[in-house]
Amino acid sequence: MSMMIVLDRVTKIYNRNTGPVLNRVTLHIKPKEFVIMVGQSGAGKTTLMRLLTREERPSSGKIIVGGIDFDKLSDKDIPNLRRKIGVVFQDFKLLNNRTVFENIAFALEIVGVSKREIQKTVPKVLEIVNLKGKEKRMPPELSGGETQRVAIARAIVRQPKILIADEPTGNLDPKHAWDVIKVLEKINRFGTTVLLTTHNASIVNKLKRRVVTLEHGKIISDRANAEYKI
Amino acid sequence: MHREITTIIRIIRTGIINFVRNLSLAAAAIAVMTVTLTTILFSLIVNATFSNTINQINSKINISVYLNSSVTTQQVNTFMTELRNLPSVKKVNYTSQDQALAMYKSENSNNKSLIQALSVIGSNPLPASIEISPTNTENIQPIKNFLDEPQNTALQDPQAGTSYSGNEKTAIDKIAHATNIIREAGVMAVIVFACVSALIIFNTIRMTIFNRRDEIGIMRLLGANNWFIKGPFVVESTLYGVISALISILIIDILFAGSASALQASSLGLLDIGYANHDFRTHFWILLTLQLVVGILIGAASSYIATKRYLKLKTSR
Repeated sequence: MSMMIVLDRVTKIYNRNTGPVLNRVTLHIKPKEFVIMVGQSGAGKTTLMRLLTREERPSSGKIIVGGIDFDKLSDKDIPNLRRKIGVVFQDFKLLNNRTVFENIAFALEIVGVSKREIQKTVPKVLEIVNLKGKEKRMPPELSGGETQRVAIARAIVRQPKILIADEPTGNLDPKHAWDVIKVLEKINRFGTTVLLTTHNASIVNKLKRRVVTLEHGKIISDRANAEYKI
Repeated sequence: MHREITTIIRIIRTGIINFVRNLSLAAAAIAVMTVTLTTILFSLIVNATFSNTINQINSKINISVYLNSSVTTQQVNTFMTELRNLPSVKKVNYTSQDQALAMYKSENSNNKSLIQALSVIGSNPLPASIEISPTNTENIQPIKNFLDEPQNTALQDPQAGTSYSGNEKTAIDKIAHATNIIREAGVMAVIVFACVSALIIFNTIRMTIFNRRDEIGIMRLLGANNWFIKGPFVVESTLYGVISALISILIIDILFAGSASALQASSLGLLDIGYANHDFRTHFWILLTLQLVVGILIGAASSYIATKRYLKLKTSR
């Protein structure tokens, strides 16, 4: 079975004096997998995410995402890569001057989806993330958990093969955090590969999924049905 | 294909929305662009008007040579052929003694005493003449030189002399000189203003990019391609060009229509306002198109450079 995400001895160095942020990381993720990446702040989780969306280039090593070999990826093709990946950012990255509906529609507008199709698709996604009735709200009027679910809705509205969620529960209380995780699980059941980073031990323990642990830029453990342990 | 059209429509719509939201910032860009386009338009019309004035005066200039009464028809014919062969001569016209007399009589038909005086003399006192039109005012001198050659002076009536439209020549020289200065000054002003407007638009777009950097960043992360991000900026500054072109046409329209009616279509110094107004109106659509093209070019080019320079669309290594 071909892999959805392949990292082969990937190293990222920002500054020669401080050493590599990622040090020869090798990771294979199969389609439809749900992978949790744990590690302390500064372990390299966010850098790894940024490499997958091509916000950064690796200093060395090979990356293949959804069949796209990054060595052969020109700047011009980056938009095509990003259209295949849904990303939920730690800081949401929503447009605060647009409504919930418009924020989600934005992801579709960018790729040229017709207005009629947008009107049809967005409500379905809002239902998946349990935000029905909040279409006309502005992001600042929403709670942290709701905002994060808007971000997830935007990430999945184009039905990507891969969903990357970087600390989506970072700023949420346990109840809202769990709401967000349940949405991610639902999306995974629909067939989307999910890569989640978190340092919330109770979530990891409850999910019982594959857990990859990063420390000082290296993978120190990679176990199925694992529990949180650093 | 359908997606591309939807995307193009969205780019244009976003550009227009951004333009409206950004109007206070755009005001400076529109103002300076309007000055540029008005200067271009004004220089063009003034230039055309002065050229027209020069042509009109040129057509009125001519040289009259009065001939000796003893000159034979054959001599006249050779003389005229020689004149026609001069490159500086446009037209040569012969008036015989009889024709001159007939013209004189018809011009003075009311003046009985003059006609009577003519009949008292008996013979025809009026000399035959040749009227020479030069191709332009600069060419009066070579014709003069030719007429002053001894074999040619012999044919001429020593008492009548040659008449030149000398005063008109100096007037024409003055106008031609003024036109050149105005043309050069116009070109300089247009270049300076065009550079200033390009810089201001460039700066406006740069500030807009800065104001919208979060939005642009999100668009990039969501996989918007470069044109989806750049396009609205180019549309926005194209609108600066369109609006400035319309304002400048309106300014010139009010200026000429106003002064033409105030001055009863007379001239203002050397500038024939009536003609300028007429010229503007007959070429209205061409001038409007030209204004739009220049405005759009300046707007689109400067914003294209600004987006290329300030929208970092590449991945850092």
